[in-house]
Amino acid sequence: MADIRTIADDTGGEEPRTLPVTLAGVEYTPGPRPPRRRPGKPGPGRWVLRLIVVAYLFFLVAWPVSLVVKNTFADGFSDLAAVFDDPDTMAALWLTVRIAVVSVVINTVFGVGMSILLVRYRFPGRRALSALIDLPLSVSPIVVGLALVLVYNSVDGWFGTALDDRGIDVIFAWPGILLATTFVALPLVIREVVPVLEEIGTEQEQAAHSLGAGAWATFRRITLPSIKWALVYGVVLSLARALGEFGAVKVVSGNVLGNTRTATLAVEEKYLNFDKPGAYAVSFLLVMVAVSAIVVVALIRPGKKDR
Amino acid sequence: MSIEVRHVDKRFGDFVALDDVTVSIPTGQLTALLGPSGGGKSTLLRIIAGLEHADSGAIEIEGVDATYASPQKRNVGFVFQHYAAFKHLSVARNVAFGLEVRKRPKAEIKARVAELLDLVHLGQFADRLPSQLSGGQRQRMALARALAVEPKVLLLDEPFGALDAQVRKELRDWLRKLHDEVPVTTVFVTHDQEEALEVADEIVVISHGRVEQIGSPDQLYDEPANDFVMRFLGPVTQLGPLLVRPHDLDLLTADPGGATSGRIVRVARIGFEVRIEVLVGDQTVLVTMTRTEYGALNIEEGSTVWVRVTPGAPTVEAVTPLADVTALAEEEPAVHA
Repeated sequence: MADIRTIADDTGGEEPRTLPVTLAGVEYTPGPRPPRRRPGKPGPGRWVLRLIVVAYLFFLVAWPVSLVVKNTFADGFSDLAAVFDDPDTMAALWLTVRIAVVSVVINTVFGVGMSILLVRYRFPGRRALSALIDLPLSVSPIVVGLALVLVYNSVDGWFGTALDDRGIDVIFAWPGILLATTFVALPLVIREVVPVLEEIGTEQEQAAHSLGAGAWATFRRITLPSIKWALVYGVVLSLARALGEFGAVKVVSGNVLGNTRTATLAVEEKYLNFDKPGAYAVSFLLVMVAVSAIVVVALIRPGKKDR
Repeated sequence: MSIEVRHVDKRFGDFVALDDVTVSIPTGQLTALLGPSGGGKSTLLRIIAGLEHADSGAIEIEGVDATYASPQKRNVGFVFQHYAAFKHLSVARNVAFGLEVRKRPKAEIKARVAELLDLVHLGQFADRLPSQLSGGQRQRMALARALAVEPKVLLLDEPFGALDAQVRKELRDWLRKLHDEVPVTTVFVTHDQEEALEVADEIVVISHGRVEQIGSPDQLYDEPANDFVMRFLGPVTQLGPLLVRPHDLDLLTADPGGATSGRIVRVARIGFEVRIEVLVGDQTVLVTMTRTEYGALNIEEGSTVWVRVTPGAPTVEAVTPLADVTALAEEEPAVHA
């Protein structure tokens, strides 16, 4: 025991050492890094770039959104109070929240499963499947809505007629809204998780297997903690997308007041009916949910060096 | 015999990784799988661990057929070249992993982890994350983690390959001592013949998916089975059709009968060793000897000498001619005597 103590704890400094590398037979010792420009002392070019970026974000994002906020509170809290007092608008908001939560749960479970399938397994058609997953992002939501109507409508839809026989309505009912919302937000979790799964590789999972962990224990104790933050980001993006979905939902929901009218549909309805303050107030609530989700994640997420 | 590998074949597409490999690995010993990169030794180790599956053949661990057993049922410890540390878990939790999965009582886990961390000298790093450790420390942590589950066999895949030379050497000595203390059957993969000769009780030389020779380091060095093993373990030179170790050649100033004559073209002294290149016909033969032996011969560059293989020294018929010996000699800085 005493003997093997000789190397104890004196190996602390081995990693940062710069080692000579042999390239094509020529020994090459990495020199000091080229000096980086000190942050905080940008040249004129950088100022121009910064100005462009700030102006771009201001005119495209910050200003319009701030106008929504400004208009919401133009008459103090009365517009917001009116929204909370109106049962139909509250029903629309609750429908949106419920649909968003359920679709996020579905997309999270499905997204993690798909990501593992895409990264950890090789099968024919894998690349085609990977491309197919991006489709919901590239296709216009209104087309998604129409496609769902074609499949699920109760008159001549592929599935719709069979489901109708069993008394299940999809189109012009909440299942249709859920389908449309889930569809449009489908790639977001997968696109966040896949790169991280690729980066962490399989060695940790193999090590867990050899230490006696089964598939579920390995997933829960090793894989899931490794993809945790990617998954959280994917969930937040999916939630924001689900809350804000309009086009596909508009086609499939039928927009029945107090039944299948979602918050975004309520905004449109109010806006078209010259109830601009109401439209702004509901919009403000939608913006707040999405922004607070992103802020919460930014706050609880550890810095890169801590991970 | 602790591990029996019988007639194992493994292909990756057209590439034959293992070709009818049969090996018995003795209980309680430190066995090296030695061979050039891409020779199939890592594949064999991964098949023993259950991380890969053989196309045909059988694996038996401690008398139990493990050919189709999943890795978690084999009770083997596996140490990866790049550590495979669980990045989100502290050092102590890494080591505890196998015990936690086995649902051992908390107190027992705590005691065992403390004991193992002491064994690998990481006691005061228990609460750190792997990213806060050096490479050598991570590898010791990985070793403790593998030992925690009291595996029947410990498998190490190029365990020191990612470390720099100094740490590599320290860890190598340390592994040998650790094994003497915890004599679990251990198999490690290496492409470094010095590492294998120094650490292992038994060496299995594998090349191109085939076992070239199995034996103790002495057997392999003194009785190489073929051309490949001779070349792979230790220095070689060629005299006529024979491969021979440069220190197994005698230089004589007069013909004793049965020796070949040649002319000394170069003399280089590296520390205690003198390297003499002798031109025999169109062959350059490398002879090494101690400084004292060289001094006693009273020879220099240009002298005519007789070269013969020391009686009883191992020689092997050369299958392919050896590359010019001077090229090998010039790899190290030479100081002329």
